[in-house]
Amino acid sequence: MNALRVSGLAYAYPDGTQALFGVDLSLERGERVALLGPNGAGKTTLVLHLNGILTPGAGQVHVGGLEVGPARLREIRRRVGLVFQDPDDQLFMPTVREDVAFGPANLGLRGSELERRVKVALAKVGMAHAADRPPHHLSFGQRRRVAVATVLAMEPEILVLDEPSSNLDPASRRELSEILKNLDVTVLMVTHDLPYALEICERSLILSGGVVVADGPTPEILADGELLTRHRLELPYGFAVPGAQ
Amino acid sequence: MHVPDGFFTVPVSVSAAAVAVAGVTVCLRGARKELDDRTAPMAGLVAAFVFAVQMLNFPVAVGTSGHLLGGALAAILVGPYTGVLCIAVVLLVQALFFADGGLTALGVNIGLLGIVTVLVGYGVFRLVTRFAPRSRAAIGIGSFTAALISVPVSALVFTLLYAVGGTSSIEIGTVATAMVGVHTLIGIGEGLITMVAVSTVLAVRPDLVYGARALARPLLLRRADGSPIPADAERAEPRRRTRPVLIGGVVITLLLAGVVGFYASSSPDGLERVAADTGFDTQAKPHDLADSPLGDYGVKGVENERISVGLAGVIGVTITLLAGGGVAWAARRRTEHRRRAGRSAADA
Amino acid sequence: MGAGHAHGRLYRAGDSIVHRLPPQCKLVAVVAFTLVVVATDRERFPAFAGYAALLIVVAAVAGIRPPFILRRMTVELPFVLFAVALPFLSPGPRVEVLGVWLSVDGLLAGWNILAKATLGVVASILLAATTEPRILLLGAARLRLPQLMVQIAMFMLRYADVIVEEMRRMKVARESRAFAARNLKQVPVIARSAGALFIRSYERGERVHLAMLSRGYTGTFPVIDDISASRWQWGIAGTLPLTALAILAGSLL
Repeated sequence: MNALRVSGLAYAYPDGTQALFGVDLSLERGERVALLGPNGAGKTTLVLHLNGILTPGAGQVHVGGLEVGPARLREIRRRVGLVFQDPDDQLFMPTVREDVAFGPANLGLRGSELERRVKVALAKVGMAHAADRPPHHLSFGQRRRVAVATVLAMEPEILVLDEPSSNLDPASRRELSEILKNLDVTVLMVTHDLPYALEICERSLILSGGVVVADGPTPEILADGELLTRHRLELPYGFAVPGAQ
Repeated sequence: MHVPDGFFTVPVSVSAAAVAVAGVTVCLRGARKELDDRTAPMAGLVAAFVFAVQMLNFPVAVGTSGHLLGGALAAILVGPYTGVLCIAVVLLVQALFFADGGLTALGVNIGLLGIVTVLVGYGVFRLVTRFAPRSRAAIGIGSFTAALISVPVSALVFTLLYAVGGTSSIEIGTVATAMVGVHTLIGIGEGLITMVAVSTVLAVRPDLVYGARALARPLLLRRADGSPIPADAERAEPRRRTRPVLIGGVVITLLLAGVVGFYASSSPDGLERVAADTGFDTQAKPHDLADSPLGDYGVKGVENERISVGLAGVIGVTITLLAGGGVAWAARRRTEHRRRAGRSAADA
Repeated sequence: MGAGHAHGRLYRAGDSIVHRLPPQCKLVAVVAFTLVVVATDRERFPAFAGYAALLIVVAAVAGIRPPFILRRMTVELPFVLFAVALPFLSPGPRVEVLGVWLSVDGLLAGWNILAKATLGVVASILLAATTEPRILLLGAARLRLPQLMVQIAMFMLRYADVIVEEMRRMKVARESRAFAARNLKQVPVIARSAGALFIRSYERGERVHLAMLSRGYTGTFPVIDDISASRWQWGIAGTLPLTALAILAGSLL
């Protein structure tokens, strides 16, 4: 069974602007996959379908065999953890501890089990020392790690990250990639940071114009310069894909 | 127009509270259909927004200022059921935190400012936009008309309640004249603000306007190379059951305009006589429009004063509805004409 | 309704017994008190004096100063004007007061509205001054206010700050370009800024909400801290309406 399967997904915003035109993709359990694409390709719209925030205009999304629909939102949102691009959108409670506890508390956990979830999640991202601090006193990189912890505390099966490397300094970037590589979950990482995709994800998809236009091992995708150019993706100056001709 | 404690008698306050509870219960059920995950904070925002714009006092006449009631705005932005809930929450918060509007008058306030304005506003809005369901102009005009009519109607219901259970003995004619006069002016301001606010939101985030859901287009499917996949069949547009709301809104509006007008003139010389008693009238100047057919809210040539004033109300509302509907209809004709022209150009 | 509604100004932090009472007790007490006031016959003048004395005691215990209450009382101004006009406009027998002939019934009606509205307003002011808005809503939720309405109110409070702040900024921007709301012609200007205000605030709140939903938020904040009330606390809160009731009963004897 696929961890995640999206088939024929199309969506138009109520104003008529159509963002997705029939997306097909699937993720195996434990895979780390990068979803690449230029701005306006529909990446965020796709992500918002994965945990049922948006309802497909056509097509379906299955998470671990369970179709995403209004009746199973609680279970779907436990299984799919979304980390948003701006950690300030994600963190809104007075302290880090309360923020990390928010998700599992919504799942109905209380007392020592809630406490344990918070501790484990913060330890995974190396932020256990900051539990009692207000989120807005942390650095940007720390806030992003806490944002990841708020989702990990729900023990999701799939972790979806929207532009996880944006605005990070090189050290924070490396710390985050190490955390992500050590997690034992399926990861879907939305990004246009190609080296970061290469570092973390063995497989990549390109979403462009609201459909998936390429799917394959990350080194192969990134080596196809013509494909990248066609979809407004570029490797940074001087960067060469290791092992490519 | 936030009624404080002690303004109405206890029986009226209690009955109004019962009506408000019943209305809110109905709306709680109905709102589940209107609200999804993305629109739930919209309701909160609309409540906050109505609350904020009620602070924007705008001048209506010399020495008088009024503020928006916001019922029509809320109904158009989030739908009628949620709209009532929003206004109810605003009033609750105002009564609890700001001491604006009495706690025991909460039922009266929810009834007047929430249920009446939303019902009338949304009914009128649907009526107007029905004739031009696919244009932004129609939604703007619908918003204007809806808000414009909802305010004086709410004032009329206030007058009606006052007739039944006001705690002071001022003649109802006086109250009706003052309330409706001032609130017609407020209604014009409310109409303009609602129209522009809805149009602005519609231009930037059309997905946030409940009343504009009919503007959505069917989906297209494409293959990886960008070629379109033919759709099975053009999906039939879901027809919403608007007729009951529509007819209800219009009937209530007309009924109120007529009935309250009828009662309002039971003391035909209301304000004038009191003014004469107290010597106020020496300062009062005759209104320029007093000689027009509807001047002083009466129809010339109709002998019975009460019927005359009632008739004036009905005529006023009908004219407003027809004007709004007519403009919307014209707008629709134009868009259809343009669409047809575009199609024949494409065929050629 | 004057300007400056930012709710930071409503709540006065303190540690009095009134502050510490659970919100649901205070809510019930204020509503019951207001009901007694409204039900009182308008000619029982001593009873109204007693109610006022009760509120003065509560304010003193809570440490809420008179200037604060007086400033906040301006909300009832429109109806005060109405009440003051009543003696001039009402029909019926008249008495001479300071050389002016006034309607007896109008005087009583004006007094009725003035007294009851003022007592209600002051009771609400004291409630809001001693209870944080968020806590007050939790109290209302405990009193079975429908969850959907609590949720709307929560969002409303969160947005209210954003909106008031944005409004102030936009007002400054307008007025620095020599704009002042003087007549109806300027309504479109206000309306356009109202529309812009709406979108600005919405987009600020939307993303936060989506992030909350993604973490299983279903409309109710998980209540980890308990706010249940003891019988003792209900008893203390009950003294306000019960004393008022006793005053009413006393005035009937």
